[in-house]
Amino acid sequence: MNRRYRIRKDDSCISCLRCARECSFGAIEINNGNTLSFKHDKCVDCQRCVSFCPTGAIYITEDENRFRTNSVFSDNDIKEILLQAETGGVLLSSMGAAGSNVPIYFDKLLLNASQVTNPSIDPLREPMETAVFLGQRPEGIERDKDGSLIDNLPPHLELKTPIMFSAMSYGAISLNVHKALAMAAETLGTYWNTGEGGLHGSLYPYKKNTIVQVASGRFGVHETYLNTASAIEIKIGQGAKPGIGGHLTGKKIIGDVSKTRMVPEGLDAISPAPHHDIYSIEDLAQLVMSIKEATDYKKPVIVKVAAVHNIAPIASGIARSGADIISIDGYRGGTGAAPKRIRDNVGIPIEFALAAVDQRLREERIRDRVSIIASGGIRNSADAIKAIAIGADAVSIGTAALCALGCHICASCHTGKCAWGLATQDPELTKRLDPEKGAEKLVNLVNAWTREMKEIMGGMGINSIEALRGNRSALRGVDLNVKELEILGIKYAGE
Amino acid sequence: MKREGEVRISSGCAISGIFCRDGKRISGEAIRKSIAVMHNRSNGLGGGFAGYGIYPQYKDYYALHIFYDSQYAREETERFLDKRFDIINLSKIPTRQIPQISDVPLIWRYFVSPLPHLLQDSQLDEDEYTARTTIAISDTINGAYVVSCGKDMGVFKAVGYPEDVAKFYRLEEYEGYSWTAHGRYPTNTPGWWAGSHPFSLLDLSVVHNGEISSYDANRRSVEMYGYSCNLLTDTEVITYILDYLTRKQGLSMKESSEVIAAPFWTTIAIKSEKEHIRLSYLRKMFSSFLITGPFSILVGFKDGMMALNDRLKLRSLVAAEKGRTVYFASEEAAIRAIEENPERIWAPRGGEAVIVKLDGEKTNE
Repeated sequence: MNRRYRIRKDDSCISCLRCARECSFGAIEINNGNTLSFKHDKCVDCQRCVSFCPTGAIYITEDENRFRTNSVFSDNDIKEILLQAETGGVLLSSMGAAGSNVPIYFDKLLLNASQVTNPSIDPLREPMETAVFLGQRPEGIERDKDGSLIDNLPPHLELKTPIMFSAMSYGAISLNVHKALAMAAETLGTYWNTGEGGLHGSLYPYKKNTIVQVASGRFGVHETYLNTASAIEIKIGQGAKPGIGGHLTGKKIIGDVSKTRMVPEGLDAISPAPHHDIYSIEDLAQLVMSIKEATDYKKPVIVKVAAVHNIAPIASGIARSGADIISIDGYRGGTGAAPKRIRDNVGIPIEFALAAVDQRLREERIRDRVSIIASGGIRNSADAIKAIAIGADAVSIGTAALCALGCHICASCHTGKCAWGLATQDPELTKRLDPEKGAEKLVNLVNAWTREMKEIMGGMGINSIEALRGNRSALRGVDLNVKELEILGIKYAGE
Repeated sequence: MKREGEVRISSGCAISGIFCRDGKRISGEAIRKSIAVMHNRSNGLGGGFAGYGIYPQYKDYYALHIFYDSQYAREETERFLDKRFDIINLSKIPTRQIPQISDVPLIWRYFVSPLPHLLQDSQLDEDEYTARTTIAISDTINGAYVVSCGKDMGVFKAVGYPEDVAKFYRLEEYEGYSWTAHGRYPTNTPGWWAGSHPFSLLDLSVVHNGEISSYDANRRSVEMYGYSCNLLTDTEVITYILDYLTRKQGLSMKESSEVIAAPFWTTIAIKSEKEHIRLSYLRKMFSSFLITGPFSILVGFKDGMMALNDRLKLRSLVAAEKGRTVYFASEEAAIRAIEENPERIWAPRGGEAVIVKLDGEKTNE
């Protein structure tokens, strides 16, 4: 019995049966047309029924039945062993790492504010600039024969706010989610990212705010795809599952997903662990240049990597490969499906990866040559500000964006039964998300964060986001040891 | 207590500057009078002056002003210098003993020129050779600190009120066409003479009033280009940024001002297309060198001076003109003290550089 949650209802239930209609996991069923029966073992605690119960009659709680407490083997450990003994399978999971013993370092960083010696700036009265430019910078200026400056900057991305949407593929999530992200990115003046499943034809009009991804499976990659974007991202790895590929089950490869991915219907879409044309850094340089050739050197190329132990030299290699932007996805980054052991045990937190990369690129004097996007567990505007102060140019959000669309992080994306209609291709479920309303929520979220960031910046007396980038004196640490402070490049609170 | 450089000390300040566009050389007495009016803006923990055109007889040689903590540091530094430069002249800088200035280091002055064969071997130009060598003195010789190293200019600074510092250095005995002054109000007791302003590299010198909020972003960026910020002061990082932008990148002083006090994007948006492209380019290309937070600075350089406020004008800065002479100060009173009836007196707008040059110098700024 692998039951984690228990479903209950109280007297206020009016037997409207709404909960049963909303439940896509088969945990609430209708008996005899008018009574409810609960299949507790199927419940994933997605909170859909709770949200839709008109009288607040339904409760999902952790199942109070527990195995005998053991200081080494937890309840969960035993359940997983039982499951694997039963099936012989690899444990699957989704969303970000659940390793609760790995601290969230953002929570141990505190921000500065102005007092007396310099004034704070009121964002309601003074301009507060959040625009960011991502791309390469040449080493020096050039002038024409009259002595005027020549704009010799290679193509770059312009963001009105340093928050972008992370790569999530069509297939893993629904077309409606892609639509909502694309519309929101356009309104916000930022970018959304197709992920590795191609770009649906109906989204071509959002070209200006689209980043298309080229991953190891090359799904949906063709010339038009590459040119229907403002930038191209080569995905080497992702924070939730560094070092391994992806697997979209044939069940999801239907209709437009199949067309967009250019994979026959019903066939599993398997992304190999490495790109089979990239076995080393010099191969990456070739792919970067091939993509630039295919797009006429008009678009910046992003290389996305997972934060792993050797991330600093890896990033340095990428910076020298001709890439314009490095995207680093940390240990806590989300996914639509990953082996649980990989998700929870591989990679390092984004805070450390970012600090190490920013510092290394500065020591090698190439930090100004590339831009850095940080992702993997950015939960709010304070996390975003802290990431920028450590050294990021911008952050990208995936899980937080899905939450804005209704996700309650039940971590069951890999089942394809998402009750919120996000991580599913079931037409009955995907229609639960209205893309326009979804876009509105995403716009609200990012606008709210941007307002908060302006407030925080104003408090620090900083009126432009570039003056915050890598400004580590804006941070102090608490509950960190000397080594952690050293890697983060910050001082302890009170120093 | 930690010495300046081991800890970042913020300070409020007074600044003042005089520039004679006709090249007339005036004594240091005027600048002393001007800065003395703003006594209350300093707290006796730092004062200093930079003068240009003060060494006409040695104008082709680098003038090194150096503080030593000990005779040992002096001997070591002189051996170091002797291997790298022709030392044309060396002497103690004349001072006047006054009770207000104490804990005096050894203060020496050298007029030098790079040894030609070493200069050639280094594949550097004369300025870079001299900059690297003098930075190496401050970095590697314990107890030696190079205060200034430009040609036909020098920095005179100490711990004390600026008017006392002027007396101490007998500033009235020098004549220059350009003078800047600084009175410091640090929030901490630095007690180290090097931490006073102006801060200088080659012929560039900066006096600054303010506390920049972008400090660490600027510091970590400029250090990428071979500078090391040892004092952790705003003035030091501003000097290095300006040196990088003008000497290494080849920007003009005006263009540099458009980098460090860049116009807001909303302002850039309403400029003509050509200006829009130019200003956007400077902001994007050198985004790491945008300086935020309050500052007013006076930058002395060969044949010119620049006055610049942060883009919100969070620090006072007044300019005035009489004939060919231009005055700048934190307060109008400091200008009136030496020029009662200026022909024009104005407050430059935030982010709007006022750049003055010697008559006959190119003013493509």
